[in-house]
This record gives sequence, C-alpha cells and structure tokens, in this order.
Amino acid sequence: MHGKRLRVLSLATLAALTATFALVFFYAPLDADQGFIQKIFYVHVPVAIVTLIAYVVGGVFAALHLRTRDRAWDLRSYVVIHIAIIFNILGLVTGAIWAKASWGHWWVWDEPTLVSFLIVFLLFATYQPLRFSIEDPERQSRYASVFAIMAGAFVPLNFMAVRAATAYVHPRVLATSDGGMPSQMALTFVVAIVAMTLLFALMCTYEITSKSTSWQLRALRRRLLGDEAVAPLGRSAAPAVDGAGTGSAPARPRGTAEATS
Amino acid sequence: MKENGTRLRWPRGHLRHPMRPSMALLRKDLLLERRAPEAVPAMLLFTVTTFVLFHFGLGRDEVAGRLAAGVLLVTLLFAAILGINRLFVSEQEEGGFDGVLLAPIDRTALFVAKACALFLFLALVELVAVAAFSILLLGPSPWPALPGLILVLALLNVALAVVGTLVSALAIRTRARDLIVPIVALPMLVPALIAAARASAPLLAADGAGALPTKWLAVLALYDLVFGLLAYAVFDFLLED
Amino acid sequence: MDAQPAIELRGLGRRYGERAALDDVTVTVPTGATLVVFGPNGAGKSTLLRVLATLLRPQEGTATVLGEPLPDRDWAVRGRVGLLAHEALLYRDLSARENLRFHARLHKLPAARIEELLERTRLAGRADDPVRTLSRGLLQRVAVCRTVLHDPPLLLLDEPRANLDPAAAELIEPLIGRASGRTRVITSHDPAGGLAEADLALGLRDGRVALLAPAGELDAGAIEELYR
Repeated sequence: MHGKRLRVLSLATLAALTATFALVFFYAPLDADQGFIQKIFYVHVPVAIVTLIAYVVGGVFAALHLRTRDRAWDLRSYVVIHIAIIFNILGLVTGAIWAKASWGHWWVWDEPTLVSFLIVFLLFATYQPLRFSIEDPERQSRYASVFAIMAGAFVPLNFMAVRAATAYVHPRVLATSDGGMPSQMALTFVVAIVAMTLLFALMCTYEITSKSTSWQLRALRRRLLGDEAVAPLGRSAAPAVDGAGTGSAPARPRGTAEATS
Repeated sequence: MKENGTRLRWPRGHLRHPMRPSMALLRKDLLLERRAPEAVPAMLLFTVTTFVLFHFGLGRDEVAGRLAAGVLLVTLLFAAILGINRLFVSEQEEGGFDGVLLAPIDRTALFVAKACALFLFLALVELVAVAAFSILLLGPSPWPALPGLILVLALLNVALAVVGTLVSALAIRTRARDLIVPIVALPMLVPALIAAARASAPLLAADGAGALPTKWLAVLALYDLVFGLLAYAVFDFLLED
Repeated sequence: MDAQPAIELRGLGRRYGERAALDDVTVTVPTGATLVVFGPNGAGKSTLLRVLATLLRPQEGTATVLGEPLPDRDWAVRGRVGLLAHEALLYRDLSARENLRFHARLHKLPAARIEELLERTRLAGRADDPVRTLSRGLLQRVAVCRTVLHDPPLLLLDEPRANLDPAAAELIEPLIGRASGRTRVITSHDPAGGLAEADLALGLRDGRVALLAPAGELDAGAIEELYR
C-alpha cells in the first residue's frame, strides 16, 4: 500500500532535485560580490524553511495524537520531527558555509534566521533523548506529544523574538522591501523549495513505511511462531506501530479451578 | 476539558471556608518549603555564588547596561533551573502523584498550584538577588531602575513558572530527570530571556536609568500568554495514565 | 439495596509495551462484597487495583466502577474510592494531622472528620509529629485514616495488614474490615487468611484470570496452585 506512493514520490523528488541543480548551476546568475559559493543559498534557505514548517507540522500531528489517541499520529509526528532535525543540521552546516563565504566568519549573530535556527535545533535535539528516557511506550508517546506541541508553538515565537532583537548590518539576499530578487533567482529559488519539500516528504514516507513494515513483520512472526520467536524489545525512542503489542499469542489453557461466576 | 463532577454542598463545620483545590495544593507546598526549606536557600546561595563567579570570570568590578542585564538574568535563569528540578519531588517521592490523582479535583489545579509556588519562590530569591547584585556587581544605582525592573522580573517569573512547571512535570517521571530539565527548559526560555534582557538593559545603563522599552514588555507578555495557555491545556495529558 | 454491582469488568486489558499486564480479565463484584485477589508477584494484582482506582486507564475491554464507565467518567469515581497501597501517600515532613487536613481540603470534608478518625485509631497523641518520625505501624494507621477519610463506598487494599501489630489491626478493622459494610477489593499472599475474609476469590497469573470462584467453593490448596 505504501509502495506505489513511494515510487511516485521518489521520481518526483529526483526530477525536482535534478531541475534544481540544473537551474542553480546553469541558470541562476552569479552573484557579483559573493561568487559561486553564494549558490549554497539555494540549498540553505529552502532547507531552513522546510525545517521550520516541519517542526510546526510535527506539533500539529502531536496535537492530533493527543486528541484522537491514535498512535499512528505519534509515529507521523516522530518521523517528521526526526527528519526535520536532520534537515536542521544540514541547514546549520550550509548556513555556516554561506556565512563564511559571505562575511568571512563561520558564524554570525546578525542573521536572525540562522540564530533562531540554532536555538530551535538546541530545543529539538532534546526530543529523542526525552523519548528514550521514558520506557513505557504509551507514556513515551504522550509525553513526546506534549513536548512537540510546546516546541512547535515555540518555533514562530522564537523566530519573532530573535528577529526583533537582531540588528541588520548585513544585506539580506531575500530583501523584498528594496526591490526583490531578479526573476532568475526567484525561479531557481522556488524550484529549490519545491525540491526540498519533496525530499522531506520522501524521507518521511520512507521512514514511516519502513517502520510500519518491520512492526507488521514482527506482529506476524509473533502470531505464527509464538512469543519466543521474536527478540524482546529493547528501549527505543521510536514509537511502536499499533498492532504490534496486541495479544496475538495462541490461547492458553485456563487455570485448574473452573470459573463459575 | 474534564469536568469536576457535581459540586458538593458545603457541609457545616468545614475547615474555615471551602478551599479551592489549587489553593489547598499551594498551601501544602508552601508549608512543606517552610518546614523543610530546600529549594529557596539553595537558589539564593547559588545566585550569590554565581555573581562571585562572574566577577572573577569576567574580570570586572562593575557591570552596567546590557552586560548587567545579562549577568543578572542569566544567573536568575540558572537558579530557576534548580527550583524547577525540585518542583515535583515531594509528589514523586511520597509514592508518586497518586495522593493528588486520587482526589476528585481537576488535575490542572496541580499545574496552577505548582506554577504559583514556583513564582513565589522566584520572587523571594529575586528580592535577595537584586540586592546582592546591586551591592556586588552593579555599577549604577539600582533605585531608579527598581520599578521597571520589578515589572520585568514579574513577567519573567510568569514565563519561568509556566515553562518550568510543565518541563518539570515532563521530566520528573522520566529516568534522566535532572538532566532533561535544563536542556529542555533553557532553549525554550530563550525568547523570554531575550525580551527581559532587552527590556532591562536601558534600566541599568551606566549613565542613569533610561526608559522601559514597552515593545519588549509586550513580547514578554505575549510569550507568557501563549505558553501559559498552551501549558494549561496540555498539562492534563502528562498525568493521566 | 442497590442491585447494581459495585464493579463490573469485561475483557479488561492493560499493556506495558508488548507485555500484557492485564489480559482479558472478567469479573463482577456485587455491592458490599469482598473480592480477594491472589497471585504471584507480577501477576497484575497491583495493576488491577490501580485501574479500579482510576490511576490507570483501561486499554481494552470495559470497566464499570460504582456504575460509572471508565475511563470516560473516571472523575465521577474518584471521590468514592479509597486506595491503600504500599506507599503511604503521605508527605514525610508534615504531621499526620496536616496530611489529613490536606486530603480533607481536596475532598472538601469537615475538620471534625479528621479528629474523629485520629481518635478511633488512637493517633491523637502523635498527630502533630512529622510523619517521618512515626514507626511503620503508626504510619500504616495514618494511611488507613487517609484511605477512609472521605467515607468511600469502595475500598482497594493492597496487603492491608502488613506492618500492623494485632492491637492496631483490631483498631482499623471497623474502618476497613467487613463490618464497615463497604465493597472491598483486597490483594493477599495468604491463602488461608485471604479466603477466610473473601466472598469472592480471584487468582491472577501473568495478567490473566487463572481462577475465579466464590470463596466457599475453594480451599487453600487451590490458591497455592497459583504460585507453582
């Protein structure tokens, strides 16, 4: 059931990424002062945008989990946040490269997006340790959802606060107030965002599929071969998929005394 | 939002007057802290010690303006973490939260009570901390800055109380509880710190207290509102099993 | 006389990860009756008590306690159940009186009730000492006071006679014993003693019902089978 969606998504992502790289290398104008390395902007900013939106989406999924008590939402929330953290790291690295190329330092405090990006990373980096430290899977999902909701609400608040606190010394490439981007950059930029979003969606779908499948396999093994055929679950930060823990072992004979009431 | 069930009619001879559950919980916590003070003395000592550390760490006799705001607020933040870590300890140790969970009360009353307790503890600590700071490190006179500073600290305390209570409840039932609290609470409090620092920096300026920037007070108030409402809404989910 | 059973469980299940702490537990307890639960450690006795106390939500099957379905109406049950667990649920630095006053406030009860209970359990003399200075026997007595403070129609007792000397056991008997007239669910490791107190006996093993019968039809041997 996931297979078809994966295939379509993979092809679309591949197409979008190829288009992006083609545009970045051949179509987008070369920046006069920053040179070739400025092109990392086409990776950095889309990654940043996708990451921040993903964190908020993760919070929404977590709220749905608490509302409906359907563990599937917790899995989606977990995967979205998990992949977003990876994108976050990518964004920080590309951001540092861009900063070095543009202003000569590996880190600048004047870029509010970059700074709030770091703070958000520091918060969400605690998501998996938090999950890992709770052993009861049901409680783990619940607590993680509470965290994800708070953290999701934090993202826009944090962005606002950092932005208000940061003085603009360096010109911002995205400045729409003073003229906006030339259309070539804009097109490349839009394609890049689409590509990153597709890539993100692909990675999420892949991970959800992979997890669902391995849980289904585990449940099948338990049903066919009994409890002993599966290794006991170690501690894990990842949520279980429903159906894995239901009593699927063969019925056991009742105790010695007959039940009379 | 869960209901409380039907309200009981007040029987005669009840304890002075019927008390709201959050009030009963708060009184219990204040009584406990007064009987066996742990959190407040520790936070106080920590604060003054940290000022000394800053003196040597920064190599300065005096701070003013942004530096003063930073030193004071960061110290208070770290002291708050100590208090946050201990917030639910009495519930956790005496057989878990069961005693409170068994009572026919809305569980959010626990959130309100703990947040109020934390607010009060922080206010107490700040009373001494600001005095100590003025004596040890602050260059300009604190008196003109005081009204503005009190307002900023009050708003900051709300932020600390709300976020602290939620994170404390989140962490207390996990395995690595005193590690989780600082790494989760501190990033989450960054916007509040930013707003508080920017608001109080002009108050502590070297050449006399400037005006209180209302923009930053508004940001701090917004933070309090958003997180206050959110925490109040989700707290229940941490307690139901 | 209320014909509705105090407790009705059908297929009750509660999981801890992949392990079933309770699995397909079905039992009906009439009002005023005493159910004694036997079973080796880890069989699910405490879990069952905690579900009945509304501290844990049922994950499978249905549970109806005092006419209210759980978990939807757990708040309606809370003021009417008294749980006596292994932990005393008392704050060590407060006195017995202060602890009881705290619980009385949460349940909105009159002050006189506290004094009455302290008298009946002969605690009045030590009522103002911090709880951590009390011996285990005295501590258990205070815990019993806390359990019956709000006069609950349903009592859940996890090995209630532990830590009590015969004199103290006699004192609390009218409060939590059969004579109190309340519906009771008691866990016990003592086959003979437990059966003597029971109207209905439930044996759990690995979370499942291994044995369920009126006490009169069983002997201690049947209970001991559970532990093998």
